[in-house]
Amino acid sequence: MRKIKEFIFERLILFSGLASVFFVLLIFFFLLKEGLAVFKTVPIGDFLAGKNWYPISDPAQLGILPLILGSLMVTLGATIISVPIGTACAVYIAEVAPEKIKNFLKSGIELLAAIPSVVLGFIGMVTLVPWVKKIFHLPTGLTALSGSIMLAFMAMPTIVSIAEDALYSVPKSYKEGAFALGATHWQTIWRVLLPSASSGILAAVMLGIGRVIGETMAVMMITGNAARIPQSILQPVRTLTATIAAEMGEAVVGSEHYFALFAIGIVLFVFSFAINVTAELFLHKDKR
Amino acid sequence: MKRNPYRTQRIAFFFLLLATLLIVVPVGLIIVAIIQKGLPAITWEFLSDVPRRGMRSGGIFPAVVGTLYLVSGSILFALPIGVLAAIYLSEYAKQNMLTRIIKLAIVNLAGVPSVVYGLFGLALFVVFFKFGASILSGSLTLGIMILPIIITTSREALESVPYSFREVSLSLGASKWQTIRHIVLPNAIPGILTGTILGLGRAAGETAPILFTVAAFYLPRLPKSIFDQAMALPYHLYVISTQVPNVDEKIRYGTALVLLTMVLFMNLIAIIIRAKLRKRKKW
Repeated sequence: MRKIKEFIFERLILFSGLASVFFVLLIFFFLLKEGLAVFKTVPIGDFLAGKNWYPISDPAQLGILPLILGSLMVTLGATIISVPIGTACAVYIAEVAPEKIKNFLKSGIELLAAIPSVVLGFIGMVTLVPWVKKIFHLPTGLTALSGSIMLAFMAMPTIVSIAEDALYSVPKSYKEGAFALGATHWQTIWRVLLPSASSGILAAVMLGIGRVIGETMAVMMITGNAARIPQSILQPVRTLTATIAAEMGEAVVGSEHYFALFAIGIVLFVFSFAINVTAELFLHKDKR
Repeated sequence: MKRNPYRTQRIAFFFLLLATLLIVVPVGLIIVAIIQKGLPAITWEFLSDVPRRGMRSGGIFPAVVGTLYLVSGSILFALPIGVLAAIYLSEYAKQNMLTRIIKLAIVNLAGVPSVVYGLFGLALFVVFFKFGASILSGSLTLGIMILPIIITTSREALESVPYSFREVSLSLGASKWQTIRHIVLPNAIPGILTGTILGLGRAAGETAPILFTVAAFYLPRLPKSIFDQAMALPYHLYVISTQVPNVDEKIRYGTALVLLTMVLFMNLIAIIIRAKLRKRKKW
């Protein structure tokens, strides 16, 4: 009797262990199942490189180039802002900050990670957006720049915590060796620690980018959602994620528009898959 | 002229501090602003009444209840699978290809954009299984989304139980399952609890996965069954911030405050459990 019970439990444990693999495959399968249907009517080249996204005009124009460029512009902006600041913060916490302040700073950054994105979007709407409008004398503050700043902020917890781990995992003897040769603390950080932790920091940056590309609510609330090819960072843009979130509510199940939104989902899924696998490779390299 | 390395160091450290403050200070300001401007809105009526006059007055009760339903549903689904998966990874998995694939799948599951979870939930639960936009569909979608958090934290908790505990139990003639059930799991409970609460906080705050699987724009009554649609707090905040014009700022901040309090409260409990755990460790 006990043998049977144990057997059942061990099977259950094995199946649950495999559940993650199953769910990843299931997500990919259902995205493909619903998304690939759009390519019956729109060739894949026109879909990815088409310059017009007018899903409800007749005939519908389903080119997602403006959305891809919107996502890229916001992501690029966020990366430029968040990488230096995030890395600097990680160095400060790992190396410079006194022990007591260190825990306080870490909690502050964990706190940021816990704030729901819709709350940050709301705060961005009432503070950041009016500031951007005023500073740059724009007709609207709902721009790619506002989105970039907000997303840079939201990527910080990811970048800081992973970069910090990478800095901690540099062997102590490296640091001691540098000190013994008469290097100052900063010279040690700049010439020894940062280069040794570089692959971990690169992974941190990549995972931060993954977070930024996938972010939905805050971006939808503050980038203005104009589906045009962006000319400048001070214009409204629309990202891939915001398009899905904003339009799926109105798309009829089984319509061309519905399929097209799933096809955008495939693009996002492939992006995030590639980023996560590469980041994992970098992290692995660091450990060896 | 030779540069003074200590002066360079002072300048460098100043910039490092500046970067850190650029992140931490806004976090503090945001929280203070939400508390300051949201607190006046918090009355018993606001918490217990349904939204009225096109959500421009009244309360947020149905949204709070909807979120509680969704959070409970997602945890009912994710906790058993997550803990069993963690047991597999910490106690049974060998160093082989399969284990690497599972770990990669968990990392990827954690990295899938939240709106893609929404699409997936729509295609699988709402359309394919015909659950419709319902609490069931929304809970399952959120449940799959928080699965990686629960697996990762539970696994850490299980692996931190010393190996000698297992050896003693096995040497006394207990089977592997008995060892896990009576020795390893009880010692890992606080850690598993931490992961569960973090998962709850994440599920309570997410908007994109529930957009098309459950969330009702305006439903001034409580859901009757798990096949009913429901309002949810994060979606409600989105709606009154962007979709309904002329909502009093106070109501928006009040809603944000209630949502933030729920999420941060759960995180706080998780942090306290973790801190206690570190102090009390017997080994």
